[in-house]
Amino acid sequence: MHVPDGFIDAPTSVATGVAAAAAVAVSLRGARRELDERTAPLAGLVAAFIFAVQMLNFPVAAGTSGHLLGGALAAILVGPYTGALCISVVLLMQGVLFADGGLTALGVNITNMAVVGVVVAYAVFRLLVKVLPRTRGSITAASFVAALVSVPAAALAFTFLFWIGGTTDVSIGKVATAMVGVHLLIGIGEAAITALTVGAVIAVRPDLVYGARDLRRPLKLRVGDELVDAPAPAAGQPAAARASRRTLWIGGLVTSLVLAGFVSFYASASPDGLEKVAEDKGFAESAEEHATADSPLADYGVKDIDNARLSGGLAGVIGVGVTVVAGSAVFWAVRRRRTDEGADTSPTSAGV
Amino acid sequence: MGAGHAHRLYRHGHSPVHALPPHAKLAATFAFVVVVVSTPRAAMWAFGLYAVLLALVAYAARVPAGFLLKRLLIEVPFVAFAVLMPFVAEGERVEVLGMSLSVNGLWGAWNVLAKGTLGVAASVLLASTTELRELLLGLQRLKLPPLLVQIASFMIRYGDVITDEMRRMRIARESRGFEAKGVRHWGVLAKSAGALFIRSYERGERVHLAMVSRGYAGSMPVIDEVTASRAQWSYALALPFAALVVCVLGWTL
Repeated sequence: MHVPDGFIDAPTSVATGVAAAAAVAVSLRGARRELDERTAPLAGLVAAFIFAVQMLNFPVAAGTSGHLLGGALAAILVGPYTGALCISVVLLMQGVLFADGGLTALGVNITNMAVVGVVVAYAVFRLLVKVLPRTRGSITAASFVAALVSVPAAALAFTFLFWIGGTTDVSIGKVATAMVGVHLLIGIGEAAITALTVGAVIAVRPDLVYGARDLRRPLKLRVGDELVDAPAPAAGQPAAARASRRTLWIGGLVTSLVLAGFVSFYASASPDGLEKVAEDKGFAESAEEHATADSPLADYGVKDIDNARLSGGLAGVIGVGVTVVAGSAVFWAVRRRRTDEGADTSPTSAGV
Repeated sequence: MGAGHAHRLYRHGHSPVHALPPHAKLAATFAFVVVVVSTPRAAMWAFGLYAVLLALVAYAARVPAGFLLKRLLIEVPFVAFAVLMPFVAEGERVEVLGMSLSVNGLWGAWNVLAKGTLGVAASVLLASTTELRELLLGLQRLKLPPLLVQIASFMIRYGDVITDEMRRMRIARESRGFEAKGVRHWGVLAKSAGALFIRSYERGERVHLAMVSRGYAGSMPVIDEVTASRAQWSYALALPFAALVVCVLGWTL
């Protein structure tokens, strides 16, 4: 999805550049909180890892292969701020050193892949981890869904930017359907690889996985012949409150997904004229061209989602998912700040 | 690491372009690309002039045309995109060789092709005349946050190490008879990726300890400050200014 120069017009490029710079500044501060003074070497090495793992080829079938984009993986393994920062650095270096992605499109690329991709992935991940039972399996499952959603979300963000500042007059419906359709397929590959990789790391070094730090059990000491809780540094929430909140999360998530998927499935039962034209005229071509053009992962294969209802429903699910996720991210951030202020005495429990 | 303190695109030389200070080159390249992107697409001759300007720089930098053209191949996926644009864009259509093409799409394809190619060519010229370390110093000089530059420099420095580690893991897999054929083998590859992450992360911790034991306290010592004289700046900025003149002409004519 590396956008070259000339694809998005100058004002939009400048605006996204400013947004990307702000996002990088925020993630620099956040990464310092996640990694303290180890930021430079650790984030650098993680960026090198992302860079290398993008070169690891995963064969699909019959000579085609895909590779990882790494946004969701980075967010889950090292945390959202460090993840976004690492992806931004990789994009910057790819643009300056390898001429991969235009220099003026750097803002667009960072906004799409490092900001939208990572933030959506991490928010979906947190949401699912809260909802699912606290086991390693659910971390893997949550990584799968997070990566699955984040790739089409980044594609949707690109479509939005293209809608605002695209230099070519291609109907937005076409771009959106082709981008989201193809990237849903790519997302499946990304999701499988991300989940497998996170699972592999969790099996060996669960302490390194940022997203799995809730799994840590309180320290128990064997005194005499029975297990005794070690004096805990911070008290957790009461179990009842946690359970009821979890029910609330599950209920809300299921309702919004049902609404988005089902209702928009039927609302858009008759495709409008524009979509019909898009389907009749060279639509498959546009999908294919996007496949080769927009992502190295595109080799996963191209199939068109030509069912307008289905793609509308999927877009609905993604759209509402993104909104819900953004809202809960804000909520979560606010709440965490509050707890941070409350728990000044124990920096280890407050540190993210 | 005998051969490898330079990246793949770098081409050693002693030309005037090589000798320019890195931050001046970075600023010039960036300004040039911005000017190119903001040129109206209808002024076809302007893009020809830009290409001539870049060719002059390449000549001054003694970068052979073949080298430059080969590096331009990175753009190929987007060429495919541009070629298909006339078929899908809206607006009035014209018949060319029996195919119905959109006029708007044709302009769009030309726009993306011309600007994208010029942008890639400018980046390739920058990368082939600037050493890695210089480039990072230049970024720092251009007031990028020092922490960001440090992260980038660690990424670049250890990029080869991590890639080599991945290559050794691949060789180890292959020498045990493993051949990745399809989706069924993703588990093995993903385990390798996971192991690679653990190794990278642990290496990062070791690097940090090594740095701390050598007195690292959050910032890297600056031992070679790069500076640019007024003459060097004007020499570097000749390219974007010439491009700006062309751009203004393109808007007015």
